[in-house]
This record gives sequence, C-alpha cells and structure tokens, in this order.
Amino acid sequence: MTTHTHELIRLTAAEMAAKLRAGEITSVALTQAHLDRIAAVDGGERGINAFLHVSEEEALRTAAEVDAIRAAGGAEAEALHPLAGVPIAVKDLIVTQGQPTTAGSKMLDGWMSPYDATVVTRLRDAKLPILGKTNLDEFAMGSSTEHSAYGVTRNPWDITRIPGGSGGGSAAAVAAFEAPLALGTDTGGSIRQPGAMTGTVGGKPTYGAVSRYGAIAMASSLDQIGPVARTTEDAALLHELIAGHDPKDSTSLTGEVPALAETVRGADVSGLRVGVIKQLQGEGYQEGVLARFHEALDALRAAGAEIVEVDCPSFEYALGAYYLIMPSEASSNLAKFDGVRYGTRVLPEAGPLTIERVMGSTRAAGFGDEVKRRIILGTYALSAGYYDAYYGSAQKVRTLIQQDFDAAFTKADVLISPTSPTVAFPLGEKDDDPLAMYLNDVATIPANLAGIPGLSVPGGLSEGLPVGIQFLAPIREDARVYRAGAALEKLLTQDAEPLWAQAPELAETAEAAAHAAGK
Amino acid sequence: MSEISRADVEHLAKLAHISMTEQELEKMAHELAVIVDSVATVSEAVSGEIPATSHPLPLTNVFREDEVGHVFTAEQSLLNAPDAEAGRFKVPAILDEE
Repeated sequence: MTTHTHELIRLTAAEMAAKLRAGEITSVALTQAHLDRIAAVDGGERGINAFLHVSEEEALRTAAEVDAIRAAGGAEAEALHPLAGVPIAVKDLIVTQGQPTTAGSKMLDGWMSPYDATVVTRLRDAKLPILGKTNLDEFAMGSSTEHSAYGVTRNPWDITRIPGGSGGGSAAAVAAFEAPLALGTDTGGSIRQPGAMTGTVGGKPTYGAVSRYGAIAMASSLDQIGPVARTTEDAALLHELIAGHDPKDSTSLTGEVPALAETVRGADVSGLRVGVIKQLQGEGYQEGVLARFHEALDALRAAGAEIVEVDCPSFEYALGAYYLIMPSEASSNLAKFDGVRYGTRVLPEAGPLTIERVMGSTRAAGFGDEVKRRIILGTYALSAGYYDAYYGSAQKVRTLIQQDFDAAFTKADVLISPTSPTVAFPLGEKDDDPLAMYLNDVATIPANLAGIPGLSVPGGLSEGLPVGIQFLAPIREDARVYRAGAALEKLLTQDAEPLWAQAPELAETAEAAAHAAGK
Repeated sequence: MSEISRADVEHLAKLAHISMTEQELEKMAHELAVIVDSVATVSEAVSGEIPATSHPLPLTNVFREDEVGHVFTAEQSLLNAPDAEAGRFKVPAILDEE
C-alpha cells in the first residue's frame, strides 16, 4: 500500500469532501484507495471480514461520474452534494439494486432486491460511491456480529474480539479505514454499541427521522437507520443526507431536517444541562468503562456544562420489555420468509412435499439459532394466555420508560451514560449464553423503546480497547446529541490524537500479500 | 423457573413453521425458560391503569390518492422465485396428498 493511499483513507469524510471540491484529489483515486484497503485487510482467516460484498465496478463508475462532472465545471458541478464522491459502505440489511442483500442470513443467499431502499436512493442521487455491503448478525439479531451466516467480523482494535453488533461490519469497516462512512440500523443499539466497541461514532436518529423503506424489518416500532462515521461532523453530514420525509414509509416524520453539521462545528456545552442516568452505571459496568465515563463528565463540567443526576426507575424493566416486544414484532415480520416467492427453498428430506412441510424445512435450514430463538420467543409472548402478562405488560413498561424520559428531560437538556457496560469481549465468549449477550444492550435499549435520538462517541480506552459515551435527547432534538457529542469529542482530542487514529496498524492479510506478489 | 416443556416448544415451532429435531426442541425449551424467567419481571412493574404504548410516536393514518404507482413486471417479480412456471410462482401442494 502506498503512502498516498495510507494518507487518503485516514482523512475524515469532511476532509475528503473538501479535497474533492478543491480538485486536490479525484473520487476515482479516493474510491480505489478504499478498495485497495479492503483487499488488503478484509479477507482471510485473520481479516476483518467487514464486507459481505464489494462492488468495485459500480463504485468506480460513480466515482468517475463525479470526477467528470467536477472537471466539466458549471451548474452541474455546483449542484453536486457536498459529500459527492466520498465512498460509503451499506449494512447488508438495507436493500440495494444491483448488489446482493443477504441480511446476514442463508435465507436470502443470492437474493437480488428489485428496488433500492430510500436511503440508498439518497446516496445514489448525491453520488456517493457505494463500496459494498457490510456484515451483521443475521437479520440484525445480536450484539456481536457472531450470528452472521457468513462468518464473524473482527474488531480492528483486536482481531480476537467482537466488533459489537448487529452492525459490526459497518463499524469495523469505518474503524479499519475501509470506508469513511457507513449506514447502520439500530433496533436496540446496533449502531451505537458497535460504535463504542470500535472507537467510532454511531448515531441513532429520532424514530421516523430517516426512512425505513427498504430496511429489512426486525421490529418495526423500534428499527431506525442511522450514520456510522469516525467523527461527529462526518456522522452529522451523513445524517443530514439521509434524513427527511419519505411517503413510502408511513412512520416517516414530516418537518425540517435540523442543521446538524453546523451544530457540530459550533458545539459548546456552556450552560448545557447534562443528566447522568442513575440506573445506567454501577453494577455490571466495568471499572475501566466507568473511569472513562467519569472523566467525560469532568471534562464536560470543566467546559461549563451543568451535570445533574436523573432518576429513571423503570429502566430496570427496559431489557425485559425489549426482549418481549422485539421478538414479538420480529416473529411477525419474519413470517414472510417462507420459500414461496423469493429466497431459499429447502425441501424436506423425506415425506410428502406439502407447502407446510416445505416451509418448515426452509425455515429450519434458512434461519440460524438466534433467529429461531427470537421467533419462538415472540410466538410464545404473543400466544393466547400469555399475551397480557408478557406483550401487554411490556407495552405498559414502554409507557413508563417514556414517562421516565419525560421527567428526566425537565431537569436536563441531554442525558449521558456509557454506551455499553463493557469493552469488546473475546469472540465466542458468550456463544452459549443468550442472556449474557442480551445484557450488552442494557444502556442503548431505552432510547429505542421511547423513539428518542442517541449518539455514541469515543470516550477513551480501557485495557487498550475503546469505550463509548452515549448522549440521548428528546424526540426531534437530534441536534442536542450532536452538540454534546461534538463538544466532548473536541474536549477529549484537545491534547490527544482522536481515538480512531490510535487504532493499531493492521497487518495485510496473507491473501492480500499473495495477491500482491502474484501481480 | 418458568414451565416451558419440550411439547410447548414443539407447538410454538409448528405455529412458527420451523421444523425442529428432538435435540433442538430440548435445547430451545431450556433456553426459553431462562429467557422468559428474566423478561417476565415486566409484569411486576405494571398495574392496570398504565396505558400501553405500541409505538414511540403518536401517528395518524396516512392517506393518498388511490392511483396505480410503480409496478413490477411479472418477469421482475419472478426473478428471485425459488420456482416458477408460465409466468407464475410455482408452489408446493397446498393440501395434503391424500
């Protein structure tokens, strides 16, 4: 890999965009640099495995188009989106025409979407070269990306550890400089928790702020698409690009998209009331994580923020409510994978070929263990006799959690907590203990239940691994989490390199070396 | 510990259209009992007076004119079909053979 490539991929998306506009670099060179990086670090047994599909030809074609428009100048060049020519990766839960979409499942092996998700249309209209599709826990069900049918994604900070999940591929790709930007989806923390694990920035917009049209649904009342980046400014730029009303999503919000990048650039916390959630610290949280969290509070306080404590007593029940509501909605959403109109069809080994039996064997072979577990759990929670006690109670807990947030936001402008109770754990550690895995999401889940925006920003290292700090704000107040997140980012990088720049150098994989030698 | 038997899981798997081996049923029954025990605490938290929330935002129904929009051709629709014949999806027998 040349020095030039090495430097290009380490720029922020905003810097890349500025250099493209100034004509200092071309989008083809920038896109090729990322494709080279993917070829160097993504494959093989010790590779990151962030990508399930790389779309070299399409990405370079878009890049060349942007370069041609810029070279020609005039009105068309003026009208280019500020991020035009900056490459991006897309979580493989989001459908794309011309590139396969698998949702990390064998069920959709080889499936080609006949349409683009609205967010993908936005990327194409703004001419961001799409590098490819990133790995995830099957149908976004998991917190470690170990439940993908296509192998685990490794954490660029330590390849023996998980990158978080379900969006481990998007977060790892951005942390490993394989892409400056990526799209994720967040149902219970799948953007924010991988952000925390990989030292990157992950944003969960207000529910409905970004169209979900074309995101393969897990739990429709919780799912949200959002930005993955290395800096808050980059996340804000991507958030602005994908947000806004979409008539194809009946839950899409109307109204203005807030000016987030502007908020980030002028971020300052003086006078900002920052509420520490009493319930999201202490027991279960690693000492190193809490140490970084308290340093973040000190930094914010020193910069003029007013730190207050808020009490959210119902959060104790958030995890339980989530693991009833999410599987209930998922069991219904995943009923469509029946091997009739699209996707895998697996015939039973023996006996008559009736549709019932073909569906049973298709779903047995097409779904992995965690997906089956959640479908069965959801079917149980919704079944007659249990509905009121489980699903019904969970919906009431959801009301209580919203009330807790409402009360907290009368005392604070933003809320703060560690994004995840622990740093990235070793691959395979929680394989046999689904409940231990579920506990990863304890701090991120309440935001999804209430539909509010959240943002995870790097908060330093513990045992050499990244720690994430989460900010939360009321519905439609996404700008507040960017304001607080950007201010913390600025405070923590005043006298130190940003966390993403401190990640250990990745060795080129044996495959890449052999490939280069054979050239 | 919640009482979730192998037979319960067998019934749920049938409802969910997922064929399971004996071994899977046993394993799932055990795992499900542990998970249900943990999540069942939600019923302690609530009393009858609390309204249920099914959705994070107050939504109203969205209407539009009843006009034909973009439609896929039969060919496009069948592109991903596991089996097709004469421009139609081909499905296994809906009714038992007997």
